[in-house]
Amino acid sequence: MTLSAYLALALILFCIGLYGALTKRNTVIVLICIELMLNAVNINFVAFAKYGAHPGVHGHVFALFAIAVAAAEAAVGLAALIAFYRNRKTVQVDEANSLKH
Amino acid sequence: MMNLAWVVPLFPLCSFALLLLFGRKWKKASAYVGIAATLLSLLAALGVLAGRLGGTTYEANWTWMEIGDVTLTAGFSVTALNAWMLVVVALVSWLVHIYSQGYMAGDERFSTFYAYLGLFTFAMLGLVLSPNLLQAYIFWELVGLGSFLLIGFYFYKEEAKAAAKKAFIMTRIGDVGFFIGMLLLFWQTKSFDYDDIFRAVGDGTLSPGMTTLTAILIFIGAIGKSGQFPLHTWLPDAMEGPTPVSALIHAATMVAAGVYLVAALFPLYEASEAAMMTVAVIGGVTAIFAATIGLVQTDIKRVLAYSTISQLGYMMLALGSGSYVAAIFHLTTHAFFKALLFLAAGSVIHAVHTQNIEEMGGLWRRMPWTAPLFLVGALSISGVPLFAGFFSKDEILAAAWANGSVELFWLAVAAALLTSFYMFRLFFLVFVGEARHRHDGDAHEAPMSMVGPMVVLGILSVAAGYIQTPWFGSFLGEWLTDGTYHHEAAPGWIAVVATIVSLAGILLAWLMYGKRAVPRDWLSARAPHGYELLRRHYYIDDLYRWTVVALVSFISRLLAYVDRYLVEGLVRLVTGTISAAASAGSRGQNGQAQTYGAVTVAGLAILVVIFALTGGNWL
Repeated sequence: MTLSAYLALALILFCIGLYGALTKRNTVIVLICIELMLNAVNINFVAFAKYGAHPGVHGHVFALFAIAVAAAEAAVGLAALIAFYRNRKTVQVDEANSLKH
Repeated sequence: MMNLAWVVPLFPLCSFALLLLFGRKWKKASAYVGIAATLLSLLAALGVLAGRLGGTTYEANWTWMEIGDVTLTAGFSVTALNAWMLVVVALVSWLVHIYSQGYMAGDERFSTFYAYLGLFTFAMLGLVLSPNLLQAYIFWELVGLGSFLLIGFYFYKEEAKAAAKKAFIMTRIGDVGFFIGMLLLFWQTKSFDYDDIFRAVGDGTLSPGMTTLTAILIFIGAIGKSGQFPLHTWLPDAMEGPTPVSALIHAATMVAAGVYLVAALFPLYEASEAAMMTVAVIGGVTAIFAATIGLVQTDIKRVLAYSTISQLGYMMLALGSGSYVAAIFHLTTHAFFKALLFLAAGSVIHAVHTQNIEEMGGLWRRMPWTAPLFLVGALSISGVPLFAGFFSKDEILAAAWANGSVELFWLAVAAALLTSFYMFRLFFLVFVGEARHRHDGDAHEAPMSMVGPMVVLGILSVAAGYIQTPWFGSFLGEWLTDGTYHHEAAPGWIAVVATIVSLAGILLAWLMYGKRAVPRDWLSARAPHGYELLRRHYYIDDLYRWTVVALVSFISRLLAYVDRYLVEGLVRLVTGTISAAASAGSRGQNGQAQTYGAVTVAGLAILVVIFALTGGNWL
């Protein structure tokens, strides 16, 4: 029962993240939403590590890795966003269409 | 020489091809190419005639194609009839080629005109040489094409365009009959060859019913081409073409093709009483019918056109009465005098720039060559003794009398009276009396290139009669029938009657239009309805317009709607569905990664739902 509660929280969090990532036009919000989805996954890892069929330390380690990679990703993403903003004076994703035209 | 007969049609074909390729560059010289080609044809045809005079029938055939156990052959044959027709066609064609040099001078499409003349001459000579029906049919259609191109030569004139189409379609109606008849004969006899067909008729392979049916079907083709009632209405309209064309195609040669076809298939017709009767009745009716219309027309060429129809009716009457010789004799003399009349009419039109005889008059002094030559032609066609038309018409009247159909005989006599009347009405209105035309001052005689051919035809319009006379022997008859000809001694009174009616017609015309002793509207004032009936050609054109044409155009309009809304609708539905699907699909492909992601999620969601509903069993 406790596991389902965690999983439900993770599911809700993931869906909010997914919704934001697919619909929002502001790149900063999209990046934040991606963070939400990653954190939903982290909750899953930790929940299964504690209440899963085979409790152990692997889940915790994976969660820490994911947090580290997410931090790196956020750094790269924000750096790219700043470079983009300097060039185009905008942070809207749908205006990043130089390759299209 | 007879084994080289195939070169006769080849010269005009060469002229056609050369003029098509180089005509624009050669311009005026095109005429010399055409004239030289037809002269060579004429010489070759004379050679063939000489060969046939001293020899017997020559026929050469090659295998054209083999389909199963049926072999189709192609070749040429030189019979008495063929050799004779070759000379007539080549001669008239050559004269018309020379005449056109003057008549068509200055025309923008001068070389094209000569090219078409070459094509027509080639087709006509090819038709005459054909030894089988299939080949004849091919050339028959080519002749129709030549006629179409030449009637529509002034295609920028609406009337000419319409007339060309009308001629083509009307003759096509007849051709369908010819085609069906030909196929029936092939089905029954397994051959298109004239000789094989005659053999089948002779030994009874062809049942009497089938003989009658095929003969009549092929006669329908002849009705179309020869302008017989009821498919005659295209011929007067065909006068929209240049006058030399009217002379060559619509008087002397092509329209005689129908008569020639029936003559060439004569043994088939002879075997069927009913078919002979049909030919005779159609011919007789056409002869009088067209002659009555000719009485009231005011266009010089139309009068001549109706006269042509009437004379072709005479030929058919002769064929139907069993006198093949009389028909060919009249065909020959008619070719000369009618070509002469048309060429003379062309010369008049050339001079006064109108075709309306009411606007002519008093041209006798202004045209010292044309006027007497026209008179010769008119005397010949009216059947005045010693002119060619007298002998051939006499022969036909005798044949009709000998055949025993008294009604047809008197019809023919009445038509002869009308013929001489309308011809001399024409003569008196055009050449005698005071000038009524606006261009009085510039009316002048035609150049020598136009007068020359007319002089030759004028001589022939007299001389051609003497190849078959009661006095000097019947050379043509004996020759056409290979000596088996026996000239039935026609009652002498027939010639007397023919002479009386022709002179009576001339006298009547003179009284009304020459001396004006009888007022011109003497008859038309007494019978205004009859006059109107004749002036409107018995309303036949209107009848066709309100029945056949209306029906066909109604059906075609109906089908056009079906095509536009049903067939095209279905096609539009298909294309519309596909393009709607395509534009919906392409809207999704907009270069935005977010949209792709959303579509992917939606797809995944659908898969998950399906998976959940089915429990994964469908995998």
